[in-house]
Amino acid sequence: MTDLLAQNDVFLINIALLAMVAIVALGTVLTRNLLASAMLLGVFGLLMATVWTNMFALDVSLTEAAIGAGISTLLILGTLSVTGIEERRSPPGRLPAAIIVAVTGTLLIYGTLDMPHFGDRNAPVQSHLSPQYLSQQVGKASAAASEHPSGNDFGGEVPNAVTAILADYRGYDTLFETTVVFAAGISVLLLLRREKPGGVSR
Amino acid sequence: MRDQVVARVIGGMLFPFIIIFALYVQAHGEIGPGGGFQAGVILACAFILYSLLNGEEATTSLLPPRLVDSAMALGVLLYVGVGIHGLAFGNGFLDYSALSPLHPGHAEVIGITLVEAGIGLTVASVMLTLYRKLFALEES
Repeated sequence: MTDLLAQNDVFLINIALLAMVAIVALGTVLTRNLLASAMLLGVFGLLMATVWTNMFALDVSLTEAAIGAGISTLLILGTLSVTGIEERRSPPGRLPAAIIVAVTGTLLIYGTLDMPHFGDRNAPVQSHLSPQYLSQQVGKASAAASEHPSGNDFGGEVPNAVTAILADYRGYDTLFETTVVFAAGISVLLLLRREKPGGVSR
Repeated sequence: MRDQVVARVIGGMLFPFIIIFALYVQAHGEIGPGGGFQAGVILACAFILYSLLNGEEATTSLLPPRLVDSAMALGVLLYVGVGIHGLAFGNGFLDYSALSPLHPGHAEVIGITLVEAGIGLTVASVMLTLYRKLFALEES
C-alpha cells in the first residue's frame, strides 16, 4: 500500500476526489428537496469528470461532463418542473434492501481485489491490447500495412486513438449506438405527439 | 426566466461560445478528446439554454420541429451512406479506404469526420427533442 502511494500521485488525488464524490452522492440520496438533489447530481457528474481527467481518460471525462453534468441534469430539472420538487416520505422497513446493497457492494469491491493496480505496467492490458490499439493497426488487412511501412495504418493522421477505435475499428458498434439514439428520439416523438385542437397532428 | 435581466444577458453572451465550443469538439474529434456524441450534447445544451432564456416560441421559430426531426434521420443516413459508399466501391461496409484511394490516412480522416458529423447531427436533434417534449407536457 505504501509503495503504491509513493509511485502513484494519480492515486493520491483520486482519494481526495472520490471522497468528495462519496459525500456528494450521500447528499444526493439523503436530501428531501429534489431540486437540490438534481443540482448535487450535476456536481457529482462534474467531480467524476475531474476523476477521469486525473486518470488521463480525457474522452470519458468530456462525455461525463457533457452528459452527466450537462444534459441529464437539464432533463431531470425539466422532469421536476412537471412533477414538483418535494420527495414523498418513503415507507419504513427498507432493511432488506440495505442488506442487498451492502452485500452486492462488498462482492463488487472483493472482485476488484484481483484486478491489476491502476497504471501497472505489467498488467495484461498494457502488454497485449494497448500497444496494438495505440499503433492503430487493429482490424486492418495486411494489404493496408504494406502501404505504411512504419506500421501505422492511418499515417499519424488520426492521433486520437479513442476516436480511431470508435469510428473505424468499431464502426458497426458506433453505427448501432447512433441508431439507438435515433430510435429513442423517434419513440419520444411517437409517444408524446400532441394533437392540436383542430385535430391536425403536429 | 425572461424577466431576469442578469440571467438573460449572461446566457445570451454564453450562447455563441457554447456553439463554437460544440463545433470545435465536433471538428477535432480525431485529434483531441471528444467527437460527435459529446459535440451533439453540447450543441443541444446551447439551444436548451436559448429556449430557457427566450421561450419555447423563439426556439421553434429558430429551429422548426420539422427541421430537427429530419436532422435526426439525416445523421443516421449520413453514417449509413458512408458505409454504403465503401460497399459500392468494392470494399466492406464502413471501410473508408474508397474515400481517398491513393492515401489511406486521408481516407480515414474523411470517413471519421463524416461519420462523426452524422453522430453529432442525430444526438443534438434527439437531445433537443427530448427536452422540448418534456416541457411541452408542462405547457399544455
